[in-house]
Amino acid sequence: MIETQDLTRRYGDTVVVDGVSLRLPARSFVSIIGANGAGKSSLLSMVSRLLPASAGRAFVDGLDVAATPGDVLARRLGILRQENGIAARVTIRDLVAFGRYPHAKGRLTAADRAHVADALAFLDLEPLADRFLDEVSGGQRQRAHIAMVLAQDTDCILLDEPLNNLDMRHAAGMMGLLRRAVDERGRTIVAVLHDINFASCYSDRIVAMRDGKVVAVGPPEEIVTEAVLREVYGIEVEVVLVRGYRTVFFYR
Amino acid sequence: MPAVHEAPALSRLGSRLGPGWVLALLALAAAGVVVAFMTIGANGRWGFVLPFRGTKVASLLLVAGAVATATVLFQTVSGNRILTPAIMGFDALYRLIQTGFVVVVGAGGFGDPRLRFLVETGAMMLFALLLYRWLLDRSGRGLHVLLLVGVICGVLFRSLSQVLQRMLDPNQFVVLQTSFFANFNAVRPDLLGLAALVLLAAGIGVWRLLPRLDVLLLGRETAIALGVDHRRTLSRVLVLVAVLVSVSTALVGPVTFLGLLVAHLAYRVMPTYRHAVVLPAAALIAAIALVGGQLVLERVFAMNAALSIVIEFLGGLTLLVLLAGRAR
Repeated sequence: MIETQDLTRRYGDTVVVDGVSLRLPARSFVSIIGANGAGKSSLLSMVSRLLPASAGRAFVDGLDVAATPGDVLARRLGILRQENGIAARVTIRDLVAFGRYPHAKGRLTAADRAHVADALAFLDLEPLADRFLDEVSGGQRQRAHIAMVLAQDTDCILLDEPLNNLDMRHAAGMMGLLRRAVDERGRTIVAVLHDINFASCYSDRIVAMRDGKVVAVGPPEEIVTEAVLREVYGIEVEVVLVRGYRTVFFYR
Repeated sequence: MPAVHEAPALSRLGSRLGPGWVLALLALAAAGVVVAFMTIGANGRWGFVLPFRGTKVASLLLVAGAVATATVLFQTVSGNRILTPAIMGFDALYRLIQTGFVVVVGAGGFGDPRLRFLVETGAMMLFALLLYRWLLDRSGRGLHVLLLVGVICGVLFRSLSQVLQRMLDPNQFVVLQTSFFANFNAVRPDLLGLAALVLLAAGIGVWRLLPRLDVLLLGRETAIALGVDHRRTLSRVLVLVAVLVSVSTALVGPVTFLGLLVAHLAYRVMPTYRHAVVLPAAALIAAIALVGGQLVLERVFAMNAALSIVIEFLGGLTLLVLLAGRAR
């Protein structure tokens, strides 16, 4: 379970996250949506202890992220950031094996290797496992990073734009996988998504943000409406029901 | 991300052999060079030749280990592979500290040169920790800013030392000056034992950090996500780098540029990112380069050149190739 209390981040006089209090239940898929600069990534960074909060607190499984030792938290919370460069030449298998670091501290056991193999298989990366990260496409790299987070085997997973660099097929495949991780493995996943239709089709709950504040929280039926989206993004959209899913048309 | 990989013969050879064999071969080559250096052209009594050359080899090996380790460590924590402690002004800082002590307590102030070495190394650890942690903490991903600040720091330290040297009494200045040029022919036997001890302690420190160093290669955010205390690890590594630079600079003078060369050769020949094998590989390559270079210098050029000139020339060329390869 993830909880924030009055979480705030300021840069000088600019407030990018403004007193966000949320309670996200375990075993659910939560999407965070909002325009660029709405504070989604900053919120996620604070919950992941990558960015210190200016005020307020964040809890993962009841542990205050600012006060809990990093390695304890690393066994409960996995994080995927928007991609950052890696200086060394690392294969996909190496990268995924790093996901076991919080448990193995550099000495992989048979159980750790099984987790790595499992994550590689889950993301369909086995044929690429021994390729170097800088020799594969952006989408494959993205999947490798997600495999690393899954190998970490944490209850909570925070993903900042997991669909970055993925084509239609892999984006849909990725969302299906994440959904399965929630349904079959009981994970709690919080993802920043820009594709409102993916958020609508796969989430249990959507958090809509604007100007650092949470505008609305609820299941897709309550959030993916013309009125809420107008407030969040400031544009007119049309919501259509396709196969029972609320889908947004905003292209022209 | 680079689309094309310089996939040179070296790395292909390395991956075919595996890290263990590559290390064994490097160790063999290093041992061979040491034996050659000790024996070739020895036309005096062995009782004189072996201890005389032995001191030289011992200090070359210590310097090789210190420089190689310092460079690889610094590149890991700074997250890129063109920076070296030398480019970032580490040895200039040590030089400034040395000069500062001469100004404050005089050339013979500490009596025992070993005490002086320890005090200088301690001061170096403190200053390097404060300065470079502050720098790396704030720089984020701004490599160019980091590089620029480092270069400017180096110039600043060098100029400050020069200003202080101008103010020195000429006798003290001469004492100081002898320790300023990289000099492999007049090593410091008095410091050898102490330097070896300090290096051993630093080596133990590095060994304990090995798994964390590997994780640091993934960048600050991923390292934190995997539970590594980034700030604390960074501080420890910077202290170790400061100690290692102090050892090599105190023994022979500024040679940290050599590190760039050997670190990159190690990255090339080692088919893995793991520090547990990359660090020894870099140290062995440095040993081969230094002892081999000195051998060639003494036997072929009959001491008509300086090893540091050869090394800086090669190191400079390597840096240029790297920069050209990264410009895209």
